[in-house]
Amino acid sequence: MNVLKIKELSVRYGSVEALSEVDLEVQPAMVYGIIGPDGAGKTTLMRSICTLLPYQEGSIEVLGYDAASQAKEIRARIGYMPQRFSLYQDLSVQQNLRFFARLFKVNHAEMLKRREQLYKFSRLEPFAKRLTGNLSGGMKQKLALSCALIHTPELIILDEPTFGVDPVSRVEFWQILHQLKADGISIVVSTPYMDEASQCDKIVLLHKGRVIGQGSPAETISGWKGKLYSLTSRDLQKLYAFLQTKAGKDNLQLFGSEIHLFSEQELSSDKIADWQSEFPELESCVEIKPGMEDVFLRMMQ
Amino acid sequence: MPSFSRIRAIAEKEVFHILRDSRTLVIIFLMPLLQLIIFGYAMNMEIRQVPLLVDDLAMNSSSRALVDAFVNTDYFQLVPKEAGTLQPDELFRERRAQASLSIPKDFGASEHRVLLRIDASDPNSAQMIQNYALGIVNSTGIQTDAGIDLRAQILYNPDLKSSFFFVPGLIALILVMVCALLTSISISREKEMGTMEQILVSPVSATEILFGKVIPYLVLGLLDALIILAVGMLLFQVPFRGDFSVFLLFTFLYVLTSLCLGLLVSTVAKTQQAAMMMALGMTLLPTLLLSGYMFPISSMPVILQKLTYIIPASYYLQIIRGIMLKGNNIAQLYQAGLSLLGMSVLMLIVAARRFKLRLS
Repeated sequence: MNVLKIKELSVRYGSVEALSEVDLEVQPAMVYGIIGPDGAGKTTLMRSICTLLPYQEGSIEVLGYDAASQAKEIRARIGYMPQRFSLYQDLSVQQNLRFFARLFKVNHAEMLKRREQLYKFSRLEPFAKRLTGNLSGGMKQKLALSCALIHTPELIILDEPTFGVDPVSRVEFWQILHQLKADGISIVVSTPYMDEASQCDKIVLLHKGRVIGQGSPAETISGWKGKLYSLTSRDLQKLYAFLQTKAGKDNLQLFGSEIHLFSEQELSSDKIADWQSEFPELESCVEIKPGMEDVFLRMMQ
Repeated sequence: MPSFSRIRAIAEKEVFHILRDSRTLVIIFLMPLLQLIIFGYAMNMEIRQVPLLVDDLAMNSSSRALVDAFVNTDYFQLVPKEAGTLQPDELFRERRAQASLSIPKDFGASEHRVLLRIDASDPNSAQMIQNYALGIVNSTGIQTDAGIDLRAQILYNPDLKSSFFFVPGLIALILVMVCALLTSISISREKEMGTMEQILVSPVSATEILFGKVIPYLVLGLLDALIILAVGMLLFQVPFRGDFSVFLLFTFLYVLTSLCLGLLVSTVAKTQQAAMMMALGMTLLPTLLLSGYMFPISSMPVILQKLTYIIPASYYLQIIRGIMLKGNNIAQLYQAGLSLLGMSVLMLIVAARRFKLRLS
């Protein structure tokens, strides 16, 4: 059985279409990534799954319940971490955990047991009495995750959980997610970071409210047709301008200190040599394997 | 069925917020005290030490008795003799005299009429000065006019102290304002901070959230009422003639009505700012103008009279004046109490229906 099944989902805000004809399926005990830039519709999709938004067309089935008519059943069985930090900042770590446990009617003995487990991975126990507002960004996110897990949900929905969190805490957060998956929990997570996308079992690429790609990260990358080259120069701006005249803007992408060039056919060594003589500052041009980000950017065009 | 344990969880959480948030505590305790003191002293409508010019042509025992009766009250003060050289009209113009009393030559013998002239550039004060003067004249047992012996008896507030009027009124005004603010801000803050989104993704129902929000503030509202009452009695010497338990019971109902009004506001307002404006707008002026606090309901146009039925304070004013000044019991107040209860229930139902369990 699928933990989540979405069919031809369309969500509109007035006349603005936020999501159109989205289809996806999530199997148990998997990390499912919703990948896309800001404004792609990730939050709208997550809120719809959590029964927080009414949708106009299609269907959403969460853990076998219909999101439009069985919101209460779904809400009792899932855990949700909104994009914006939404715990009570003027309550302590312990008080927040206890409040959410009681909201889900977890009895006290069970709550204590569960809290023990959650403290183990979050390492928040030494801060139990600290006010939530005084925690660091990484700790806040771990606490939010703990609160979403206090009632032992089968499925958790995490909306950009690592946004604005330092790199070390991000790595730690993902380690926790893998551990949860090993415990049998299904995870739907959205992220704007491509390196996180490759840690998911399956991903869906969203762009302007539409699905532009779906599958495992490896499948998505192996679906790549064509060649990818990395070019470097001391003056990247000039190189970019030069390549624009040769290969067209659509096939170029600035990547930090290099430029990625997409080509349908292999570039001959003669051609590269030609470029080098025409543009002496070109330092290197080598073929590389495309990463998640290359794939995504290519698909967006 | 609403779950009692969930209501308790929300109510307890609310108490933590209140204890940690100094802003709420200021609204709850400091604002009422400040209002009471500012309103209390600014709205003092009593008139004391009115400068009175006496022109006694009789100079006999009767006339002296009458002048003494005026001077022996706190209301009038004789204009010093040396000013008497000036014309009375001039004294009025320079505001050195506000009233003048002319006693004719044969006063006490063949003549029983005296002339009282009052500066009526402030009509309210003039009216009051006239009332005081009549009261004084009556108390001396001298007939004011041939054949007419006017005697008024003033009940419940024989000295016409304005504190008797404004302290109960202020309790009604402050309670409805503070309580409507508390619940409306408390819910709109959760919307603004995003915490509402988090708690909505749980099996919690609208009724549970609303009850959980109202219960802690019921206790605070009652506490507030007691503080205002105590300060009002201490600072302004207002009597409390009724039964304390009757006061508690009906004040509980009024606080509940006011909190439910705040809940209703919160179903519309999306931000704390909007909630604050709406809660104040719906309580401050309507309570001041349409509850019978400032202006008697019986002298309003019919349309406005009908409007007073939906103002909670118009019921509570009957109640609080009744308890404090007249010593009313439950039997005399139950209709007003039932009206408050009915309004609470109605507003709670509407709020629960309008409360959105989804984001809009």
